[in-house]
Amino acid sequence: MKKKWNHLRKVSLSIAAVVGLSTVLAACSGGTKESATDTKDSSTGKQAQTIRLVAANHPWTEAIKPLLPEFEKETGIKVKVDSYFEDQLSQKTSVEFAANAKSIDVVMFRPLQDGKQFEKNGYFSSLNEYVSKEKGSTDDFVPSALGSVKKGDNLYGFPVVTESTVLYYRKDILDKAGLQPPTTLDELKEQAKQLSDPDNGLYGFVARGKRSPAVTQFSSFLYSHGADFMKDGKATLNTPEAMEAFAYYGGMLKNYGPPGTLNMSWPEAMAVFTQGKAVFYTDASALYTNATDPSKSSVADKVGFAPFPAGPGGNHVAAPPAWAIGIGANSEQKDAAWEFVKWATSKDIVLALQKTGITGALTSVWDSPEGTEKFPKDLTEAIVTNNKYGIPYDRPAIVNVGAARDAIGDVINAAIEGKDVEAAAKKANQTFQEILDKE
Amino acid sequence: MSYWFDKHVKWIYPLPAVLFVALMMVFPIGYTFWLSFNEWSMSNVDPPLWVAFENYKGLFEDELFRQALWTTFYFTVVAVAVQTVLGILLALMMNAHFIGKGIVKTLFLLPMVATPVAVGLVWVLIYEPNVGVANIFLQALGLPVQEWLASPDLVLPSLIIIDVWEWTPMIALIILAGLVSLPKDPYEAAIVDGANRFQIFWKITLPLLKPTIYSAVLLRLIDALKTFDIIYATTQGGPGTSSQTLNIYGYVLGFQYFQLGKASALLMVFFAIVLALSILVIYLRKKAGVSV
Repeated sequence: MKKKWNHLRKVSLSIAAVVGLSTVLAACSGGTKESATDTKDSSTGKQAQTIRLVAANHPWTEAIKPLLPEFEKETGIKVKVDSYFEDQLSQKTSVEFAANAKSIDVVMFRPLQDGKQFEKNGYFSSLNEYVSKEKGSTDDFVPSALGSVKKGDNLYGFPVVTESTVLYYRKDILDKAGLQPPTTLDELKEQAKQLSDPDNGLYGFVARGKRSPAVTQFSSFLYSHGADFMKDGKATLNTPEAMEAFAYYGGMLKNYGPPGTLNMSWPEAMAVFTQGKAVFYTDASALYTNATDPSKSSVADKVGFAPFPAGPGGNHVAAPPAWAIGIGANSEQKDAAWEFVKWATSKDIVLALQKTGITGALTSVWDSPEGTEKFPKDLTEAIVTNNKYGIPYDRPAIVNVGAARDAIGDVINAAIEGKDVEAAAKKANQTFQEILDKE
Repeated sequence: MSYWFDKHVKWIYPLPAVLFVALMMVFPIGYTFWLSFNEWSMSNVDPPLWVAFENYKGLFEDELFRQALWTTFYFTVVAVAVQTVLGILLALMMNAHFIGKGIVKTLFLLPMVATPVAVGLVWVLIYEPNVGVANIFLQALGLPVQEWLASPDLVLPSLIIIDVWEWTPMIALIILAGLVSLPKDPYEAAIVDGANRFQIFWKITLPLLKPTIYSAVLLRLIDALKTFDIIYATTQGGPGTSSQTLNIYGYVLGFQYFQLGKASALLMVFFAIVLALSILVIYLRKKAGVSV
């Protein structure tokens, strides 16, 4: 009896151990199963490869997905796309990279938001070697856009989306009032004041008011007041010009904006505009399809576009590269990844993407008539005018941009709430200077 | 071999469980603890740099940390207090017999089982200042409209309302279970002695329920302290930093500022707070005469 009992115990013990251990092992190995695999394609005998593209939930990703079979046909390389919302993307990619995972072959990133930090952290593979092998492969890029994915001479990405701050407005309302779209910030203020009719649910102006997201679109107001975030490593958030810009932007939203702007990033502000509740709206050109697509916008046929108005400091507007793609430092298929990067930024593909409304980064595509035929005419004009005065960054061009954006956003928030802008700017300037000192 | 098994079996059987706990709990907490003494930006090039207590020092000098600490406590205490009072009232109502009790009980559980992020998104729409139901409701009552989540003054009360909506049923449920298991004798005695309903509630029901209420409140306290999902889904800590709790601030420090060391220090402080509260739970439950 005792013997039988012992045997039973041993069996159950080994089962318990195996089950328990395999659970633990499964939990540990969860992260590696996604790593890319090479498989022989039996029908052609060609090496069939799969690379993984980690991308943002962005129109660019949506537009390139249908083109991927073409790429596979040309090169035999399959592309698996994982996409996430912006913030989750930053978090997801940094965690995967920091864990030294080999699973990211191509990564989509924001050159001005994560780019410098990711580069500093060694997440990217340098593209210099590839570029030097293929002469002229970078000649066609808009120079300022290419500049944003370089550190010194080290190129770590190719820009895929550019944008600039444009003025969205309601053609029907301006026509009815007999007004031309404003060309200066003073005119914008006057018209917003004149057309604002909150009792009937119409507001003169809407834009982002949420702490960090507001900073990039506010930057054009800052530049056109003749100010900037910093100069020669010194924070300049409390210069008279900068404070005037904060007060202007905050005042516009406070006096002529809808309620709740403090919580508005672009989806919320865009919604106010597309529901026909605002006359003017300033935001990135790359978002224009949200306003002109009848399935998303109730004012789709009434939207007009104008270049960003000139301010007291002249004509200046943020025209940065919004998104770029790069190759993961630990990727085991860098050559295949390079093939994809090269293909996705080739003239044919960029043209095809631009035809669906993606504002790309290739000069030749912008210059060609087909490259802009799908855009509303006034939008093209606005973008081309903007590009003349374009400043290639819409937030401080530093590594620790997250903390800097929050500091600047605090002043914007204070201005919207009607608080003391000078005190807020002074405090933010100090915080920002501390961040700059650590760079 | 068999002898070896026999001798060590008390160690071998729990081994998988112990391994699991070690890998999934002890290691992450230990690693966070270690990281809290370092400065690291998740870099693959620059390894973590030992800075001893710098992160903790920086944390206690940080105005935003103090603000987050206050926000966390304010949110937790007010939310749990309101939930408890409402939860007891609800439980008393549900304890009475009425038609359709089963259906009401089931409907009650819905907020609790819904995914918090989805709950957050629904409330974002309810609170939307321009088209949301909350303002339409206020207007119908002739009250001035509010900006709710977009107002620095109202954002915490608005979030507390969401939390109350979501978690009151849980407190009600626990207390209902307590009510059902109360002895009948004291009530009969009280009725014989001519006590009124208020006296019965105040002198008999409430004291008898005390251990149950303790358990419910303290469980909720710990849970409410750690609230992340509904705040992240609605305001991400905004407007400005008005609803930035410790959890949200930790997330911001880690994943937006790339200050992993400081974020870890914050989480360790937070961990200590939750741990202290958990010990309090056990202590108070013991004192109230409930076996743990």
